[in-house]
Amino acid sequence: MDWFETGWGLSLIVFLPMAGAALVLLMPRKQERAAKFTALAFAFASFAGSVYAAFTFELGSSSQFQLGTDLSWISAIGSRFHIGIDGISLPLLVLSTLMTLLCIIYSWNHWPEPHNPKAFLVLMLILATGMNGTFVALDLVLFFIFFELVLLPMYFMIGIWGDRTKIRLPGFKKEVETRLYASIKFFLFTLFGSAFMLLGFLALYFKSDPHTFDMIALAEAGRAGAFAGAFGGWVFAALFLGFAVKVPMWPLHTWLPDAHTAAPTVGSVLLAAILLKLGSYGFIRISLPILPEQAQQWAPAIAILAVIAIIYGSLACLAQTDMKRLIAFSSVGHMGFVMLGIATLTDVGINAAVIGMVAHGLITGLLFFLAGSMQHRYHTREMSRLGGNMKLMPVLGGLLGFTAMASLGLPGLAGFWGEFMALLGAFNPLDGLSLTVFRTAMVIGAIGTVLTAGYLLWMLQKVNLGEPKEEWTSKQWHDADRFELAAWIPLVIAIFAVGVFPKIIFGATDGAVVELIRSAFGG
Amino acid sequence: MFDYHALAPELILGVTLLAVLAVDLVLPDRLKYLAGVTALVGMVAAVFPLLTMAFCDSIAGCVDGGTRSMFGGSYVVDDFALVLKALFLVSGVVSLLLSVGYLESDDYYQGEFYFLILASVTGAVVMASARDLITIFIGLELVSAPAFLLAGWRKGDLRGNEASLKFFLTGVLATAVMLFGMSLVYGLTGEITFAGIASQSAALDLGPEPAFVMGVVFVLIGFAFKVSAVPFHFWAPDTYQGAPIPVAAYLSVGSKAAGFVGLLVICYQAFAAVPEVWGPILWILAAASMTVGNLGALKQTNIVRLLGYSSIAHGGFILVPFAMAASYDSVGLSDAFFGSITYLLIYAFMNLGAFAVVIVGAAKAKSGEIADWAGMARYAPATAGLLAMFFFALAGIPPLAGWFAKFVMFRSVIGVFESGWAIAIAVIAAVNAVIALYYYARIVKSVYMDDVPIAVPQAEAAAIRTAPSLVLAIAITAAVVVVVGFFPQVLAFFGEAARGF
Repeated sequence: MDWFETGWGLSLIVFLPMAGAALVLLMPRKQERAAKFTALAFAFASFAGSVYAAFTFELGSSSQFQLGTDLSWISAIGSRFHIGIDGISLPLLVLSTLMTLLCIIYSWNHWPEPHNPKAFLVLMLILATGMNGTFVALDLVLFFIFFELVLLPMYFMIGIWGDRTKIRLPGFKKEVETRLYASIKFFLFTLFGSAFMLLGFLALYFKSDPHTFDMIALAEAGRAGAFAGAFGGWVFAALFLGFAVKVPMWPLHTWLPDAHTAAPTVGSVLLAAILLKLGSYGFIRISLPILPEQAQQWAPAIAILAVIAIIYGSLACLAQTDMKRLIAFSSVGHMGFVMLGIATLTDVGINAAVIGMVAHGLITGLLFFLAGSMQHRYHTREMSRLGGNMKLMPVLGGLLGFTAMASLGLPGLAGFWGEFMALLGAFNPLDGLSLTVFRTAMVIGAIGTVLTAGYLLWMLQKVNLGEPKEEWTSKQWHDADRFELAAWIPLVIAIFAVGVFPKIIFGATDGAVVELIRSAFGG
Repeated sequence: MFDYHALAPELILGVTLLAVLAVDLVLPDRLKYLAGVTALVGMVAAVFPLLTMAFCDSIAGCVDGGTRSMFGGSYVVDDFALVLKALFLVSGVVSLLLSVGYLESDDYYQGEFYFLILASVTGAVVMASARDLITIFIGLELVSAPAFLLAGWRKGDLRGNEASLKFFLTGVLATAVMLFGMSLVYGLTGEITFAGIASQSAALDLGPEPAFVMGVVFVLIGFAFKVSAVPFHFWAPDTYQGAPIPVAAYLSVGSKAAGFVGLLVICYQAFAAVPEVWGPILWILAAASMTVGNLGALKQTNIVRLLGYSSIAHGGFILVPFAMAASYDSVGLSDAFFGSITYLLIYAFMNLGAFAVVIVGAAKAKSGEIADWAGMARYAPATAGLLAMFFFALAGIPPLAGWFAKFVMFRSVIGVFESGWAIAIAVIAAVNAVIALYYYARIVKSVYMDDVPIAVPQAEAAAIRTAPSLVLAIAITAAVVVVVGFFPQVLAFFGEAARGF
């Protein structure tokens, strides 16, 4: 299929969900079935496209951008519709289309209040276009548009379908519903970061000669030292703000626990599985290649923030009483490992980061699915009230046990590689980076893995084991239904597959990562 | 010599003005809306000569496609003027579409309303071509004087009277200050045309001359009143709230844009030799307008008043590209020009659309208070959806058109990133973009996420029909906001055309 390889394929993967959203929007609200099938069909087509792209992708030259195109878009500002994928973006693109598809399957008869599947599906599909687009964009303006496109749908998802529990904020007299607080906080934090990111993009444009927004051309210019000195420092700081909020890195993470906890199940899943990756992907795709010199200067600071996030995330987890909030804080810790991997600026570290991103997407996505299904049944997320879940619902409980094991980095499951290799990379960072800082980071990070195991086992003990409380024993329990299983089993398989055979990911990423490190840092 | 082709839009508008008056005299009460239709037809007709001028090269028998200069350089029709005239006419047409249904529901005379709005648009069209002090002054007054009356159109309404009076008094003060400034400039240079003032001020080295600086400052202050830049903005929220909503829409787009165009032309042409005088002033006006406008909007409970503050803030964003004028080279100057014009074009459509939806929403909720709009998505999903769309467009969230406006604005200041002042204003603008999101999102939150107040009769509100002209206005603006969001080149093309000035 020649047409697929000349950019049409990727464009379809990106814009099919958007087309689906438009179609669903035109359907009458009563036609829920039609809307669901349309959404499913478009999400599936997008997923199938990404799988086809993965098989068409030439693994031998994974450092090259493939299947892309470069068309005129906004000539007035010199921005082009330039897309393509390399070994780093390919796994993330597949992850993104897969998660969208699974979320639609899961939602099939799990509609959060106030129902309205039509609107929910429209938002989910728009979100998918934003996520897929970010991973294929090779033009900074295009990247910015896709990066921001995810904000609106997620804002509405959290704000309309989110948690209605009331909380009292410090300094306010009136109580406010969690969903309202969390949605605007998410929106404002990310917009704040990305406004500065945009300034950074523009600065790069004007400093490059000839002026361009093209990532590949900018990376070449960056290698040649076009952005050296204080200028580059400021630009790196601006981009850092944009990406670090999204990752989120400590201390910019405070929106995350609120957003994750308040979001409806599917929102939490997509937020954790994909949206956080947009930030770390931005570091790998934009910050490192275009500003290699500044990346080296900033690397120790990023490593320090990353280990703070690991320890802080773990300790915060141990203090949680709310199951979903615990999983949310665990994301802070896991993304800390990803950022530690990136900060090492070595091929081991960045490979670790990419596989860590994929694994975190699969595992935490599944954890949020499970937490959502449990909340749906228990109507509470308070761990002190839960217990004996294994006895009430063996399948759900078993899956929760499995996923928690994967999350704590059990060898043989997907979570292991990202953590282990990030630490390995920190042992031996890029020449010229401070060994003291990175080896200390490694030791602290290793302690973090123990804490991670600690809080996850603690959660399992509270939720899964023991005898069910009296308030639950008299009720009828429905274990996982077929829609839930249909959404979860692919994830379980993927977690096994990546764990046992990490070459699925490394096969694609390694060539691209080695080339990135070689060209940017000469290492 | 008269170039009738170049003057055709103004001539058509003039004839239509008379026609509207005449038609209004003979029509019976129930057919008064036909006066509005006459005005509408006139404005649409006036667009055609603009098109034939713009595409003169490809029309057989059309002479001279380039710049048309008349009356000794006092009146110039170039690509810049064509783009701006088209913008004024389109925003006039949309404002009229907003008015027709709105006025029907009120108990006041309609005829003079259409006459006044048409007169104001004519003034704006004249301003786009004005290249001397007197013509631009007359144009500006022709824009403003009918607007004073329009603001107080609801004679029986106290707020309407206050709106009009406040607007009138500050407007007259601004005019006086501006005239004083103009007389100083004329006195020192002995020239009326902008080109003459520029060359004389350069030749006589008037930059450091205090009287000349004072003249420039006074002229700027006059325009600052017209575009409601902080600290000359006090009239705007009161006037917007008191005026009929379509008039507020027109004030915030048509007459405001006219003020900006005058400011642009006078700064870049007449005062081209002394950017170091007006650049810093505009820097302060821009920073203050963005910040005060946004902070003021945060606390508003009335939606039209909120849009008033938001339009002050947007005025600040439009001024940002000017702010660094003193440090631009010629490419940067042209980029800045492009940035302001493109922002203005996009802003016009977003804001008119927002006002149009506000008219619909206010009719359904029977109130302009944001709290009363709570839960509108429940009983009027289409209105709520469009409201969210226009407000997020104003906030600059992709993929709606507003992002491109913000983008070109940032682009023009980052172009001179060596200057700390440029970075400072860029950072102020970035922070303001985030603040603005908060109050736009607050309305969307209310409409989508809050519960419907018990007092609102939902079924009744849902059944309220929207006038077809209003639907048309919303359709036009919504289409532009969406299409430009994905393909900004559509409007950027016009911004580019205006650049060669």
